[in-house]
Amino acid sequence: MAAITIENLGKTYAGGATAVTGIDLDIRDGEFVVLVGPSGCGKSTLLRMIAGLEEITEGTVRIGGREVNRLEPAERDIAMVFQNYALYPHMTVRQNLSYGLKNRRMARAEITRRVDEAARILEIGQYLDRRPRALSGGQRQRVAMGRAIVREPAAFLFDEPLSNLDAKLRVTMRGEIRALQRRLGTTSVYVTHDQLEAMTMADRLVVLRGGRIEQVGTPLDVYRNPVSTFVAQFIGSPSMNLLPGVIDGGTLRLGGARFAGTGAAGPVTVGIRAEDLTIARPDAEGAMAAQLLTVEELGSQRLGYFDIAGERVVAAFPAGQVLRTDMALTVSPARLHLFDTSGCRIAA
Amino acid sequence: MVENQRWLDVLAHLTLILGVAVVALPVYLAFVASTHDPSAFVSGLIPLLPGDAMGETYAAVLEGGVKSQMSVPILLMLKNSLIVALLIAFGKIVISILSAYAIVYFRFPFRQLAFWMIFITLMLPVEVRIVPTFKVVADLGLLNSYAGLSVPLIASATATFLFRQVFLTIPDELMEAARIDGAGPFRFFRDVLLPLSRTNIAALFVILFIYGWNQYLWPILVTTDEGFTTIVAGIKRMADVVDSEPLWNYIMATAVLAMMPPVLVVIAMQRLFVKGLVETEK
Ligand SMILES: Nc1ncnc2c1ncn2[C@@H]1O[C@H](COP(=O)(O)OP(=O)(O)OP(=O)(O)O)[C@@H](O)[C@H]1O
Ligand SMILES: [Mg+2]
Repeated sequence: MAAITIENLGKTYAGGATAVTGIDLDIRDGEFVVLVGPSGCGKSTLLRMIAGLEEITEGTVRIGGREVNRLEPAERDIAMVFQNYALYPHMTVRQNLSYGLKNRRMARAEITRRVDEAARILEIGQYLDRRPRALSGGQRQRVAMGRAIVREPAAFLFDEPLSNLDAKLRVTMRGEIRALQRRLGTTSVYVTHDQLEAMTMADRLVVLRGGRIEQVGTPLDVYRNPVSTFVAQFIGSPSMNLLPGVIDGGTLRLGGARFAGTGAAGPVTVGIRAEDLTIARPDAEGAMAAQLLTVEELGSQRLGYFDIAGERVVAAFPAGQVLRTDMALTVSPARLHLFDTSGCRIAA
Repeated sequence: MVENQRWLDVLAHLTLILGVAVVALPVYLAFVASTHDPSAFVSGLIPLLPGDAMGETYAAVLEGGVKSQMSVPILLMLKNSLIVALLIAFGKIVISILSAYAIVYFRFPFRQLAFWMIFITLMLPVEVRIVPTFKVVADLGLLNSYAGLSVPLIASATATFLFRQVFLTIPDELMEAARIDGAGPFRFFRDVLLPLSRTNIAALFVILFIYGWNQYLWPILVTTDEGFTTIVAGIKRMADVVDSEPLWNYIMATAVLAMMPPVLVVIAMQRLFVKGLVETEK
């Protein structure tokens, strides 16, 4: 168990492509940190630098206070779970789990004890003598987890471990991984491009964009106070609505309505979460005329897609809410997110 | 088959039977010839059924009782062939699997150059470089030795390419998992790559064993000492008699015996061989 400290970390690939720059991150002992971001933003690169699979070209990584820049992956006291499981196809599940321990010259009795313990925790006891080929995707995933936990490492590193599973299994497995991690208390870094996975699993989210950290915070904090339009749109489903507005003389003009606004005058981007939009009387203060385009039925709620002053806007309503073609929607001024023209949040 | 018409089936079978006949008939005739007395096959009328001289012919051949035609016992020639074929098969597999490992998994200076150098040897089989190769082998004092018989045939790139292809299909994640599991380059090779290439090694072994066993030109060139005659070269020498009829029954019996080891190797490794050619265990 250990904290991971990352300072000014950067990676430039041999071809000259800079994948990651200027990453500063403190991961506390026992914390579950999720790296999230769109494809190609450098999540895997960052994780692989922590693992030692990718050479660090700038900055330092410390695991448990020890600088590991020059250490081999095996010497860093980490375990990794790969996207495609990376189980040894010619070894049985038991051999897969014990291989890393054997290479560390652990006593045979201790290896057996740890493997049996891991098999019990992960409920893979009856597969111990099978080859990975004879296992389902979910079972392989468990074996891959098992290979990580038998090592009892200082940290777990996950690179999109659930992306090959079907949607339902993914939900079960993410709960299981989280429960297991809480129980073992092992520091974990988890990479995903799925914002829902990130929201549900993380103690802390790290949103990456173009090789840089865009925002770090608890899932709720990031959801409620996105620092930029990028984060606002990336985190949360459906994505946050972004509408052009103008602040002028202390009022915000938006979609034909006026809100008591603050801050500097000028054009702004206004973010509104789907669930913050409510139905209003057309003549009420802050009511925006909205034409219904389509409705998506989710069962637990209804999503209405509207046209407000030429912008497509989504709003979430309780199930059974009646929606008409011509309506008015409003939002509480406290729930408005204001961003400047470059996309940065304007402090309220 | 996409089409399921009767005449197509018949045609397919006819073609296959014809093919088998073309390949198998000479072999069968060789066997038939080895069971008759020497004159039977030069009399103009070729017998189609085995004769009654089989026992004595094979006994004579195996006991080396045909001194007039061979100065070397056939068992020695079989032994020579076996040693050379095994040296070639193992030598080639060991060298090529190691060089493929280096090329695929290591970044070293002039890696591309090394790759292309190996590639070029594809265009230079022994027959093409026979004179310079002979000179080198002679200068090294390797004439009339097992090393001289096998080493020049070991140096070629085909097997390296096969293993390179095999290694390229093994996912990188496996190597990374092994690194995290504390396996260095040697352990990764021994514990992961070798077992995963098992069937390919077996298939290659069969092919190379037969390749080595059937060598003809090179062995007759580098051996003057009859103690190093291989069986395939020996058969030819048996037929080269100056002042009498070749003893065709003995020659054919030797030929049939010479076919046996490759056949046995194929049969013994058939399962792995077919697997290695058609599938990979990833
Ligand atoms: N070996 C490499 N050589 C050169 N560039 C690379 C290499 N690996 C990755 N990159 C580049 O680095 C950037 C970040 O890649 P990375 O794999 O870290 O993205 P990612 O966030 O994990 O994406 P994904 O969600 O698709 O897995 C990409 O632009 C990619 O093209
Ligand atoms: Mg990735």
